[in-house]
Amino acid sequence: MSEDRIENKSRRSFVGAAAVAGAGVGVAALAPGLKLIEVAGAAPRAPGEPASSAVRWGMLIDTTKCASGCDACVKACATENGINETVKDARQGSQWIRKIDLKDPKTGQEHSLPMLCQHCEHPPCVDVCPTGASMKRADGIVLVDRHICIGCRYCMMACPYKARSLVHMPLTEQNPLVPRGQGCVEACTFCVHRVDRGQEPACVEACPEKAMLFGNLNDPASEIAQRVAKEKTTQVRADLKLNLGVRYQGI
Amino acid sequence: MKRLLVGLAAALLLTPLLAAAGTPMPQLKIENPGSCIAPVPEMRRNHMEMLKHTRDRTMRQGIRGEKASLNECINCHASKTTGSVLGPGGFCQECHTYAAVKLDCWDCHQPKAGNPQAVGVKP
Ligand code: SF4
Ligand code: SF4
Repeated sequence: MSEDRIENKSRRSFVGAAAVAGAGVGVAALAPGLKLIEVAGAAPRAPGEPASSAVRWGMLIDTTKCASGCDACVKACATENGINETVKDARQGSQWIRKIDLKDPKTGQEHSLPMLCQHCEHPPCVDVCPTGASMKRADGIVLVDRHICIGCRYCMMACPYKARSLVHMPLTEQNPLVPRGQGCVEACTFCVHRVDRGQEPACVEACPEKAMLFGNLNDPASEIAQRVAKEKTTQVRADLKLNLGVRYQGI
Repeated sequence: MKRLLVGLAAALLLTPLLAAAGTPMPQLKIENPGSCIAPVPEMRRNHMEMLKHTRDRTMRQGIRGEKASLNECINCHASKTTGSVLGPGGFCQECHTYAAVKLDCWDCHQPKAGNPQAVGVKP
């Protein structure tokens, strides 16, 4: 209850601040021909500025470029997020991103593609979480608040993409920017700590084939929005109508 | 008024006696004295509230660069020898053990300074 009140209060002060900032930008700072929505997507946010729903972070993965047997993205993710624990049973290890190989049994056609949290617009993990730990940020990034997660794993059962893992053992040597610990569920964060600094996720940066593209789907000028508008892309299990942040091309 | 004064004097006299008789007082080494984000009494009393509100805003709203941050605590207060705020004599652990307050931040957060060169030397 007191948490609610804190949130409401800060939301109100944010709306006030945004109105003031908006007025200022409209009058003076905006260069000719530059739309407000572009400003929102490009630069890292200033300290103190919250994530905004003017941005919807998304990823486009071109499976025709993704090489079978290459796991550069998986390795880069592990390094960036400090996933380095040794597990006796590989099925109990954390998996934020994995490579999967698909084969159409009828035609024999094969695909290899990275699979990660799809950052659903209507995330079932958030719907079922009994504590409010699973949450979606204003800019569409779905996260687990480990301060609140009780490790019940409802979200793991609800996620249609098998995107989440539970940490089974005590951890040490975490990346200071990516806290992780025993008894909490975790999943791909889109490297939120990098995105907030204006960088792209580690997997996208590491892909040698440039098969992954990250950007603001809400900004019509961004490369990802233009490609999604022009080319045919697929949402995995589009029938679930979750409006995914991750789209694939070529499957 | 007189009773209050007597009470105060008794408290002042008693505190060191009790401390001497029971658990030894925490022996803190302040690696970076005199430049914390708030005066020492306020930090002692309120650091957990500061961190809690920062944590919720950063995590849930994406607000970065807040005044209070665990990473900054470490960068100033990690021991120059162990690089950590934990362990015997560690900045966090010493008081928490004395006060018998469970300290679980470091189950998930990294208790050592990310950059070994940065240990306790922030200006
Ligand atoms: S892919 Fe799974 S974990 Fe990610 S937002 Fe959707 S339901 Fe949640
Ligand atoms: S495991 Fe954690 S995040 Fe998942 S549903 Fe339970 S409390 Fe929520």
